[in-house]
Amino acid sequence: MTSSNRPLSPHLQIYRLPLVALMSISHRITGVALAAGTLLLVLWLGAAAYGPDSFDLASDLLGSWFGLLILFGFSLAFNYHLCNGLRHLVWDAGRGFELTTVKTSNRLVLAGAALLTVVTWIFGLINHGAAL
Amino acid sequence: MSLRSPLGRVRGLGSAKEGVGHWWQQRLTAVALIPLSIWFIASVISLAGSHYEHFQAWLAIPGNSTLMLLLVFCVFLHAQLGVQVVIEDYIHDRAARVMALVLVKMTSLLLGVFAAVAVLRIALIGG
Repeated sequence: MTSSNRPLSPHLQIYRLPLVALMSISHRITGVALAAGTLLLVLWLGAAAYGPDSFDLASDLLGSWFGLLILFGFSLAFNYHLCNGLRHLVWDAGRGFELTTVKTSNRLVLAGAALLTVVTWIFGLINHGAAL
Repeated sequence: MSLRSPLGRVRGLGSAKEGVGHWWQQRLTAVALIPLSIWFIASVISLAGSHYEHFQAWLAIPGNSTLMLLLVFCVFLHAQLGVQVVIEDYIHDRAARVMALVLVKMTSLLLGVFAAVAVLRIALIGG
């Protein structure tokens, strides 16, 4: 008996993933992106450890439009991973698996991530502007 | 009724042969990172655009250097554990998988130690 010709289920090219499944794979994608984003933390701390000149250079890089764009993406990925991670901890406790609850928590996670990102950047840009 | 042998149950190592160590570390660092990362983001916002002297003085405050070191430790452990699972799930070739795992572990250790040394140097010596 060969197993190579047998159908796969769910067939990912035909089966439309429900929102919670898309959010599950997004948790991984944002996790890997954030792991790569730790390079920003290393850049920031490392530059400061080499003295004022390299710190200023890193600050200019992170404060440029491209740097801010990267930081915006980082903050969005972070806030999503934080909110969805909280939901995962609730799931780990064995709660919140009912479909109606999942639909509600889908919305809570997405709204929470969006809200936190907006709040982060309102405060960030106000402070950045004040410092300039 | 459990199908596990009494010895297997006592050792508690399961099919992964390492128990719940990985799973538990991932959760512990996740919980620790909730307050740590919120503190970190708030700090980065308040430090936005500030000069080196201000940043150095801020990080030299013992509470801040402690939290920053804890953040570095938890971030790199959590990231390494997470990326490990992704590699184990998606890379099926055994040699490539082992190489990727070793690479991720060593890179996160290197970056984590470098970040910790940087924090200590800024806080204690001043760069």
